[in-house]
Amino acid sequence: MNSAQIEIQLIASLVAIACAIPGTFLVLRKMAMISDAISHSILPGIVVGFFITQDLNSPLLILLAALTGVITVVLVERIQKTGLVKEDTAIGLVFPALFSIGVIMIAKNANDVHLDVDAVLLGELAFAPFDRLFIAGTDVGPKSLWIIGSILLVTIGLLFAFFKELKISTFDAGLAASLGFSPALIHYGLMSVASITTVGAFDAVGAILVVALMIAPAASAYLLTTDLKKMLVLSIIFGVISAISGYWMAHWLDASIAGSITTMLGLLFFNIYLFAPSKGLIAVMYREKQQRTEVSLLTFLLHLKNHSEENERHVNHLQEHINWQKVRAKTVLDLALKNNMIDINKKIVSLTIKGDEFTSQAIDYIITNEDTQIEDMKDDFFLFRG
Amino acid sequence: MDIQEYFSLVFSDYTLRTISLGTAILGAVTGMLGSFAVLRKQSLLGDAISHAALPGIAIAFLITGSKDSNTLLIGALVSGLIGTFWIRGIITKTHLKSDTALGLILSLFFGFGMLLLTFIQKQPNANQAGLDKYLFGQAATLVESDVWLMTIVTGICLFVLLLFWKEFKILLFDKDYAKTLGFNTKTIDVLITSFIVLAIVLGLQTVGVVLMSAMLLAPAAAARQWTNSLSKMVFLAAMFGAFSGVFGTALSASQNNLSTGPVIVIVASIFVIFSFIFSPYRGLLFRQIRFIANRRDLELQKTLAFMYRIAETHENISHPHAIKILNNFQGFTRKTLQKLVDKNYVTIDGTMWSMTEKGFETASNLYNQQVVKYE
Repeated sequence: MNSAQIEIQLIASLVAIACAIPGTFLVLRKMAMISDAISHSILPGIVVGFFITQDLNSPLLILLAALTGVITVVLVERIQKTGLVKEDTAIGLVFPALFSIGVIMIAKNANDVHLDVDAVLLGELAFAPFDRLFIAGTDVGPKSLWIIGSILLVTIGLLFAFFKELKISTFDAGLAASLGFSPALIHYGLMSVASITTVGAFDAVGAILVVALMIAPAASAYLLTTDLKKMLVLSIIFGVISAISGYWMAHWLDASIAGSITTMLGLLFFNIYLFAPSKGLIAVMYREKQQRTEVSLLTFLLHLKNHSEENERHVNHLQEHINWQKVRAKTVLDLALKNNMIDINKKIVSLTIKGDEFTSQAIDYIITNEDTQIEDMKDDFFLFRG
Repeated sequence: MDIQEYFSLVFSDYTLRTISLGTAILGAVTGMLGSFAVLRKQSLLGDAISHAALPGIAIAFLITGSKDSNTLLIGALVSGLIGTFWIRGIITKTHLKSDTALGLILSLFFGFGMLLLTFIQKQPNANQAGLDKYLFGQAATLVESDVWLMTIVTGICLFVLLLFWKEFKILLFDKDYAKTLGFNTKTIDVLITSFIVLAIVLGLQTVGVVLMSAMLLAPAAAARQWTNSLSKMVFLAAMFGAFSGVFGTALSASQNNLSTGPVIVIVASIFVIFSFIFSPYRGLLFRQIRFIANRRDLELQKTLAFMYRIAETHENISHPHAIKILNNFQGFTRKTLQKLVDKNYVTIDGTMWSMTEKGFETASNLYNQQVVKYE
């Protein structure tokens, strides 16, 4: 590894961390699409800033562009407040318009702007180490490293300073307001941080990757934990892992670094989406299947309890009465037998004492409309789950 | 070339005619289907789908090696559909919210597409240039066969839309009712979503991945302001879309260095702003005017009620009073007073006013519901 490679990985990791922190809150506050809107609509801000400063890395440009991001949020909220369209339509109307204005501004001034729409959207991390910052003639490292580093420091500072305010306003906006934290202040603060991070990172990794780095690690972490601190830590770890592995994949394929970091994020999310314990797709499907069988079991037991007559409880009769398919009937019957809920004597099915007790309690809960209690009851009664 | 020149050329110049026709048809079909997306609160789905189509284009190129736009569009269609159904899977099966799912699919697919595009560009194959036109769109690359494809798709869309009109409508406004009536809501849902994906994919070549969502939303959002009827809205949205397409093309052709996609989006946005402000029922301007008129009305009532309280204390209700005494009451303006005179509720004599019989009658019943509404 040469120093340029280390620097690229360092920049990518810092961007990943800087994005993961506001991203976690955006995902929790159901505002993920706002980050997409901001990432597009900063374009006119960047163009105007570039006209003024003539330098893509100047702090003024970053502030101007971040201001455009906040303006986007305000515009979206204004449009939404008129009640003429829904929030998502408002987002969808504002950012393409602003983005188009940016594209047209670039096109009209193509001769004096060394700015490429592709570059803004996609970035080129591979060139980042070549643009170096000199302080008093000494080379102190790539400019983007310093930019994203300072943004990250500010973000972390704000996170520690306002952690409890952020936490409360995210999970219970009403409580936060009644405790005297201004929801508007926290909201716009978060939006400003998201905008500044987007602008600071676009030069290195491009606007679209910023969106991916904000949403994907947070969404993956959300599937694994219900604790805010753990979610923050996990999304930072996911972001950094994808950044570094993405870099090496790009190195190997000789393709865009931003693209391959996103692809790594995608693979990571896909795996967690499938395999996350309790919230992943497979776990959810398994649980649904289990619940289906258990509901069938309950129906079956209720039917048995309702009929004391022997002919109603004959195996052959049950088969036509409840009208389940063979396989299904067999699973339910097996489950009931395994749990000692029923016994079969001369082809007559009857409830055991345990089965009877279970069914009576279930009926009680159903009559009193406390169906949710049945779930807890299952833990007491079942030796084997469906 | 200025705009006038454009309109004289549009009928004679082959390229210009093709492009104008293409953007017009595209605007019409996206406007039409966009109405459904907007009303189903799936506005941002368009954005996600258009981004999600990018890897499909790249993969289609990698497999076939041809740049034929139809092949690439099929790839885009497939990957757009995969994206759409994955979004749905994420929303229904995990507890991630819809905005997160949209943002995820959008950015992840787009990033993967970019990886593939850059990978293709490094390949020793001279044929690959021009794939990136799908990023921002180049209307100039439209040829007659593309326009034919758009026309056919629009025709199919229109046919299916008319055929399943009542199903679409009922699904849109009352899904549960549709289910109880025995309609297969899942199929209808898939059908309409697939058509939205199809419309988006069609526009990629012209407007590009990034701006496609606006083509879907803007005409529909504008049309929504003018009517409360679905059929009128769909028709209006198609009109707005087509006009945005033509005007956008005209504007960008009349200037140098203007790509068509962004200009079309700007024109469509202007339609939206115009509709937001000037639509007679929902528009901001008329709403404000109605608001002010209502406030005036209330003030008028307040003044009348105040006069009534004074007149009440006198035996003769028409006993004259000085106008001055109304001054310390907020509702009084010279205009309201004149209005009251016009309605024959009060008479004015110099600086004095007195209530008429009719005014007294109305004022005494002002806050009683049984009297005809105060005009």
